[in-house]
Amino acid sequence: MPETLLPILIFSALALAVIGAWRRIRLWRQGRPAEVDLLQGLAAMPRRYLVDLHHVVARDRAMSHTHVATAGGFVAAAVLMILVHGLGWTNPLLGGGLLVASATMFVGSLFVAKRRCDPPARLSRGPWMRLPKSLMAFSGGVFLITLSTLGLLPVEAGHWLAALVLAGLVTWGLGELFLGMTWGGPMKHAFAGALHLAFHRRPERFSAKGGGTGRSTGLKALDLDDTAVPLGVETPGDFTWNQLLGFDACVQCGRCEVACPAFAAGQPLNPKKLIQDMVVGMAGGSDANYAGSAYPSPGLGGKPVGEHSLERYGSPHGPIVAREGTALVDAGTLWSCTTCRACVEECPMMIEHVDAIVDMRRFLTLERGNTPGKGAEVLDNLIATDNPGGFDPGSRLHWAADLDLPLMADVQQAEVLLWLGDGAFDMRNQRTLRALVKILRAAGVDFAVLGTEERDSGDVARRLGDEATFQSLARRNIATLSKYRFQRIVTCDPHSFHVLGNEYGDFYPQGRDGRYDVAHHSTFISELHEGGRLTFRPWKGGSVTYHDPCYLGRYNGEYEAPRKVLAALGIQVAEMARSGFRSRCCGGGGGAPITDIPGKQRIPDMRMNDVKETGAELVAVGCPQCTAMLEGVVDAGAEVRDIAELVAEALVEHSTTQGTVRASRPATEEAIP
Amino acid sequence: MQPESRGLEVAVLVSVGRHPVTGRARRADQDARGLELALSLAAFRPDSRVRLLHAGQRDDDNETALRGYLGMARGVGTGLERLTLLEQPEGADVVPALAERLAATPPQLVVTGARAEQGEGSGLLPYVLAERLGWPLVNGLVEVESIEDDRMTLLQALPRGQRRRIQVRLPAVVTVDGAAAPARQSAFGPARRGSIKVEAALAVPDEAFAGWTLSPARKRPRRLKIVKSASARDRFKAAAGKAQGGGGQLLTDVTPEQAAEAILRLLEEEGVMR
Repeated sequence: MPETLLPILIFSALALAVIGAWRRIRLWRQGRPAEVDLLQGLAAMPRRYLVDLHHVVARDRAMSHTHVATAGGFVAAAVLMILVHGLGWTNPLLGGGLLVASATMFVGSLFVAKRRCDPPARLSRGPWMRLPKSLMAFSGGVFLITLSTLGLLPVEAGHWLAALVLAGLVTWGLGELFLGMTWGGPMKHAFAGALHLAFHRRPERFSAKGGGTGRSTGLKALDLDDTAVPLGVETPGDFTWNQLLGFDACVQCGRCEVACPAFAAGQPLNPKKLIQDMVVGMAGGSDANYAGSAYPSPGLGGKPVGEHSLERYGSPHGPIVAREGTALVDAGTLWSCTTCRACVEECPMMIEHVDAIVDMRRFLTLERGNTPGKGAEVLDNLIATDNPGGFDPGSRLHWAADLDLPLMADVQQAEVLLWLGDGAFDMRNQRTLRALVKILRAAGVDFAVLGTEERDSGDVARRLGDEATFQSLARRNIATLSKYRFQRIVTCDPHSFHVLGNEYGDFYPQGRDGRYDVAHHSTFISELHEGGRLTFRPWKGGSVTYHDPCYLGRYNGEYEAPRKVLAALGIQVAEMARSGFRSRCCGGGGGAPITDIPGKQRIPDMRMNDVKETGAELVAVGCPQCTAMLEGVVDAGAEVRDIAELVAEALVEHSTTQGTVRASRPATEEAIP
Repeated sequence: MQPESRGLEVAVLVSVGRHPVTGRARRADQDARGLELALSLAAFRPDSRVRLLHAGQRDDDNETALRGYLGMARGVGTGLERLTLLEQPEGADVVPALAERLAATPPQLVVTGARAEQGEGSGLLPYVLAERLGWPLVNGLVEVESIEDDRMTLLQALPRGQRRRIQVRLPAVVTVDGAAAPARQSAFGPARRGSIKVEAALAVPDEAFAGWTLSPARKRPRRLKIVKSASARDRFKAAAGKAQGGGGQLLTDVTPEQAAEAILRLLEEEGVMR
């Protein structure tokens, strides 16, 4: 009987899966067009899966091995099953292979089942809870049927009842694994995920055999000249089709949820739920079937803390955020994000959460004029004064009135252009800037500043969704920069670093290509030290930990240089549990301090608790935002100092270099005007 | 439908503002508050329509600034899709053009800021305009409380946070000041989509203005108020309380002639008029 039933089962399951695939593809194609090289993407897919995706999955060893066994066993078993049982090639070699594959898969699914015994809160339940059983049904059923087909079972075992049970198991397995893949079910992630890897909107984020950067963090520019392009995303259909495909690839593993600082702070954001909401919007319907953690509700809007939010409905061409009342997602969810990219870094499916959030913010700001909190004021300031604080642009250099900084307008060229950033208006950051100037002078670096010609880099405007203001600032900054000759830009602001280095490329005038060589001050100081141009007194202070700024670490992969500098100072860094690529955001990115969405606790408070756990007396930082956020924590146990300040204090000045006359002045003396 | 529920025709006069720090052209703060107030009238009369009117020159900076008002549109149908620009040469007196335009197609309400942020900025325009149109004028408007038939109940701002309730018969000219609700954010999308309709208009050169010499303003010295009392309560009262008009007299139920005489007498006493 199995000889007649199995081919029918297999091929009808395959046919239904193809129909499901076609329907799923139609859902994705509701999105806007995107330029994707389909063939090249498909060709690159296996490598992206085996190398890049597994690089992320392998951070959880046990799960990685489980997935290799289950998924690898399944792919092999499915192919061999079609050959052996579908086409009837009962060749012992193929049959033996099928036995091995299904057995491997069965073992893997036992581990999946084990994890599902007492699943952590980050995992979604619902249909996901039945997945291990379905996997076992499929692998066990196929194993036993193959045994019988190969005649390895006693003939009597082919009893009709046993055959019926086996057929039932295989049907269940085929239903979950073949049909579920395209009709929507836990296995959807395999089909959507594979295509998502192939047609990813950031192909450059994957490593290449010839060596690629494997990093792509700059936001995509919005074409403001083309009035047909919507300003941001209002409905799920306003995403590009490959973004919709990406949402569909989510496995609901909740790694993003664990990493998200806003979620931990009780702000109404859960990256996993957000992606699932986008799927709900794309497919139409309600989020009633979502079985993971909800958006935390801060309890300030009348909703008790932790209560599952009301059922939400979405449709492909209905608004995501309602002008009034509720739609699929609340605006507060989108504005809670600090754009720290912790979710993107953790996502094994390579989903781009931050891109999606900024796309939706663009609509709220550019079309609705609904930037919350101080957003509107900050954007107006950026338009009118080129800095978010509304300060007189002519006062940008007031902090350095006594430093006699060389101006680019005077010298026209310099080895290093020192980009000040908007920290130039902030008294706390002015101390860092003064320390940095002292270091540059001590090392005899030929540098100059733009002075009052410098404008805000546009980082905040862009993260708040105001692409128009960002592009205006970017174009004017580029025009200023292109007047002068310099080899590299050094800045103590990772946000400026990121924007100048990774996001200005789209706005170079025609004919000008290439990126600015931008370096964070920690990178530059580390190079100066290695070049023997700086000498430090040994560190005498207490224990020190280091906080990785998101825009330096995750956005630009610079984890080493700050640590090298600290090591050169003789400091042994007591690392926090979440450091390096897993560093927790300070809460200062993405305009989050401006929109100020309420939560249960504040993100910087949590970060200072992380610091406290290391027992460090001092936390070294490399970003004006982080300094401001962490220093704003009340009753913190640790002091917050920028790396530049630590270096400037430890400087042993040579008397040979040119700049020493000026640099011999202590930098801290006149810090407070 | 009852006659009251007919929409109100509101004309908002908008000017090109000037940022106090950088001097860049922008939507003027008070005019934007005026537009915000006009848009809030939809709460009383859902079909209210807003007309944006600007008399001035046409250039890129002005256009960007004026589009700031168009960016305050939320949804379609409020009339904010278009701004009418009555083109005026440099140095023209904009009052005749505005008056002619408003008289030709009279709205029920004209809203404007108290004074422009650049140019003459005397704050006289609403008064001259109201005189020409023969309509009542209310200055320092904060809020519209209700509209019945052709009567509006308004709240007027007085110094130190005091408010006065006023009823005015439409049509009328009202000016808003800095105490009115702040203007909503101007969004790029609607600002870009909105159209600016340029229309030729009466151009009368401002001869008086042409004869003036302009120089940058100097900060005026301010008389320091010396509070003699030492108690915190008195100091607080002095800072936040009502202005204590020591002298003066309150005239009620007097004829306009008597009132004018009283004012003249005061001005002569103070040496303002001789």
